[in-house]
Amino acid sequence: MSAEPLWRRRDRRWAVVFLAPQLLGLLVFLVGPLGFAIVLSFMEWDGLGDTTWVGLDNFRALLTDPGFGRAVWNTVKIGLITVPGGLVLALLLALALHGVRGRTAYRVIYFLPVVTSSVAVSVIWQMILGGGSDGILNGTVQDLFGVTLPSWLEDPTWVVPAIAVVTIWSSLGLNVVIFLAGLATIPANLIEAARIDGAGPWQTLRSVILPLLSPTVFFTLVVSVISSFQAFDLIYVLVNPDHNEGAQTIVYKVYQQGFREFRFGLSSAAALILLVLTLVVTAVQFKAQKRFVHYES
Amino acid sequence: MTHRRQILLHAVLTLGGLITLFPFVWMMLTSFKGVSQMINEPLAWLPSPWRSQNYPDVLDEVPIGRAYWNSMYIAAVTVAATLFTGAMAAYAFARIPFRGSGPLFGLFLATQMVPAQVTIVPLYIMLAKLQLIDSHLALILPAIANPFAVFLLRQFIRAVPVELEDAARIDGANRWTIFWRIILPNIRPGLWTLGIIVFLASWNSYFFPLVFLNTPDLFTIPLLLDSFNSQRGGVDYGLTAALSAMTVVPMLIAFLIGQRRILNSMASSGLGGR
Repeated sequence: MSAEPLWRRRDRRWAVVFLAPQLLGLLVFLVGPLGFAIVLSFMEWDGLGDTTWVGLDNFRALLTDPGFGRAVWNTVKIGLITVPGGLVLALLLALALHGVRGRTAYRVIYFLPVVTSSVAVSVIWQMILGGGSDGILNGTVQDLFGVTLPSWLEDPTWVVPAIAVVTIWSSLGLNVVIFLAGLATIPANLIEAARIDGAGPWQTLRSVILPLLSPTVFFTLVVSVISSFQAFDLIYVLVNPDHNEGAQTIVYKVYQQGFREFRFGLSSAAALILLVLTLVVTAVQFKAQKRFVHYES
Repeated sequence: MTHRRQILLHAVLTLGGLITLFPFVWMMLTSFKGVSQMINEPLAWLPSPWRSQNYPDVLDEVPIGRAYWNSMYIAAVTVAATLFTGAMAAYAFARIPFRGSGPLFGLFLATQMVPAQVTIVPLYIMLAKLQLIDSHLALILPAIANPFAVFLLRQFIRAVPVELEDAARIDGANRWTIFWRIILPNIRPGLWTLGIIVFLASWNSYFFPLVFLNTPDLFTIPLLLDSFNSQRGGVDYGLTAALSAMTVVPMLIAFLIGQRRILNSMASSGLGGR
């Protein structure tokens, strides 16, 4: 039996030293609050008075509340437009960029909205979409074509596409840059070989480029779905969901219940429903990827 | 044939570029318009007359210099602390063998999935107990705990040759010296990438400042713009546009200066700050 080597004992101590700050932060600011949120979701509390244990009442209240159901549906609807629309557009632009000389300027321009804060993005788009027939978009279309467009930000039906368009506009550049980096890793001789074998551009895209790009697309898809479900800033500033229930998402409900009505239990329960929804949808995507995503061995 | 294709592609890309640029152009044009023009000819594209008075008017009304200082130092502290502590933890996971390393790293990965909306209420209660609500520490401290930073930097540290470390150890260097003298200088691209992501996330952050700050003097840039817009927006677009321009344009210029590094970083990490 030999004693433990000195370096090993020292290493264990070093591991503690190196890990300490982030581990402490993780426990205090992420794991702790998550546990606290789970406990809170079974309670009724306004932050000041006594806490009351209410079991599953918060979840029951949310799941039977038509307002919350609408918020879930709005969240899903915004994701269903934003995610596929954003990814397809980014893919098309990246393919176009990949095929031209002199792409630096385009890359830079497409990225400008990404470095702009979502508050500024929303404030600017409010000036474009708002204002009814005096607004620049609706007014100009009315003048030129005689067509009356809906009030994008006030109409509960049309606010969803409006949110989707602004969201896509603001995040498109990031996805284009990522797809472009993915395209750059595809060996040119593979595409050349496909051409020599008689494949047209469409077939090359389907059989060579897309399969090789699929890990990048999958990664971007997962991230886009998560950020779409958790979107708050842009919607909240652009629309003011207080006055338009078409723009009330799950995250809005979390904020409203928590910091307007100070019903911390109900707010936490709504946030946990969002977390579970995110986890389920992400898990489904990971399951489905086996059939669509092609990893090089 | 290829020539025609080039023209077609450039046409598509230019159209996309114009759509991307239009809101910025509209913001700039509007910022030079006066109230009377806005009422009399709301659909006019160009300001007439051009007036720059909106800018000093806004500067008189809101403490934008202070908001810039707030946003700047919050982002700087957050970036520095995140890079330093993130690299430390990443080094432990990448290079120091210890029992439970795998599961602990798994915990870091798993917490990445927890959205801010789940932790916001408990954080608020906790920070209120610590008397930190309505202070910048309420924004900085939670932001430093960043599992993504640990994950990203671990990838970069794993690519540093072990031989470099071994050589230093033979020369008598301990773990800390190795980390400081060998690891950090060798993961500069990773630190840049993470630094840019964390800076953008902090600079553009809105949800936490909205919940945690009440005093206008403590406001960050996005919060200042939002509060001005919700009080005055829709009344005088010129002022709102001028304030937007003053918050947006410096960032755009900074991006243009560092575009090569920023775009390459974002492309390689494959992940944005939001």
